[in-house]
Amino acid sequence: MERFKIFYNGIVKENPTFVLLLGMCPTLGTTSSALNGMGMGLATAFVLMASNMAISSIKDFVPDKVRIPVFVVVIATFVTVVQFLMQAYMPALYASLGLFIPLIVVNCIVLGRAESYAAKNGVINSGLDGLGSGMGFTLALTILGALREFLGTGKFFGLTAFPEKYGSLIFVLAPGAFIVLGYLIALVNRLKSRD
Amino acid sequence: MFLVLVIFTAVAAALLAMVNEVTKAPIAASEKAKQENAIKVVLPEFDNSPTEEKYLAKTVDGDSLLVFPAKKGGKYVGSAVASTTKKGFSGLVKIMVGFNADGTLYNYSVLHHAETPGLGSKIQDWFSDKLRPSSCVIGKNPEKGLKVSKDGGEVDAITAATISSRAFLDAINRAYSTLNHSVNVSDTISLQTNN
Repeated sequence: MERFKIFYNGIVKENPTFVLLLGMCPTLGTTSSALNGMGMGLATAFVLMASNMAISSIKDFVPDKVRIPVFVVVIATFVTVVQFLMQAYMPALYASLGLFIPLIVVNCIVLGRAESYAAKNGVINSGLDGLGSGMGFTLALTILGALREFLGTGKFFGLTAFPEKYGSLIFVLAPGAFIVLGYLIALVNRLKSRD
Repeated sequence: MFLVLVIFTAVAAALLAMVNEVTKAPIAASEKAKQENAIKVVLPEFDNSPTEEKYLAKTVDGDSLLVFPAKKGGKYVGSAVASTTKKGFSGLVKIMVGFNADGTLYNYSVLHHAETPGLGSKIQDWFSDKLRPSSCVIGKNPEKGLKVSKDGGEVDAITAATISSRAFLDAINRAYSTLNHSVNVSDTISLQTNN
């Protein structure tokens, strides 16, 4: 139950996108379609979980003064490994997401969870925390991507809902990302203030 | 403290070197498969191996592009040119362009681009849609250089992505001029061109 709470925490109470407002660059940049958003979210979730567990297991050997450089090295290594593996064994996915993979390194959610959680807690809990935050991020990006894709191009996960010419182009472009994200955050805050 | 940082970076470097070594072959194989698929798509039926007979041809501006000649029963049927342009909206655009023996465009395949999703990213479908002849480049002969209608040409640009459209046509024109006006074209291939 305690463990489930850690996992759940990252999805709802401390959702990286809607509540903590971390990692806005990949959030706004990659969500032009639902699938792109979901792919970016899942890749981040994997890195988040792996780096959280790695950092949690090495935390006792790392002096406080160099912990940030060490964390960054660990995270960047995981991201590069993911990129290599994806390029080698999932070329189709790499074709659509390859551009965004290096962005995960600079995603502050990853460093944020490493610093605020993994550096103080055990390996399994840190892994769960990473997975929870990763899923929260994935969920947020998928919703954002699906809404932008639907409003902008009339498609839902690539399936046409209404003809593209009735779509509003602004939602595919950067301003639409800010508008949709703003409304979603307002909605989440409203729902949260009810309970 | 210093030592710890050195150890961590050394371990990370070793790990990355290992992953790179393991994934090198599959990555090269998938790149090659991608290229071969693109060649197959953009050329009329052939029975030789264009990838083995490829040669480098100089472009007008001093660059050079790879040309893949296709033959059927020893007779020249067309060539695929791996063309690039730097005029894209965001970075390099790579296109495999296939020409018939008479110089008309047989088909093309976008290998790599980083154009805006939802706008410039439509280059793969927009210019090959035969149901919309005003924007379709297939079957056209880029002898005089294709231009978008905004610039007085005959090809309709993608809505709200004129720069990407110009870049696309630039890549096609470069491919054509390289194939037909290049000094490096070997004499064994009898090019029935209009120059």
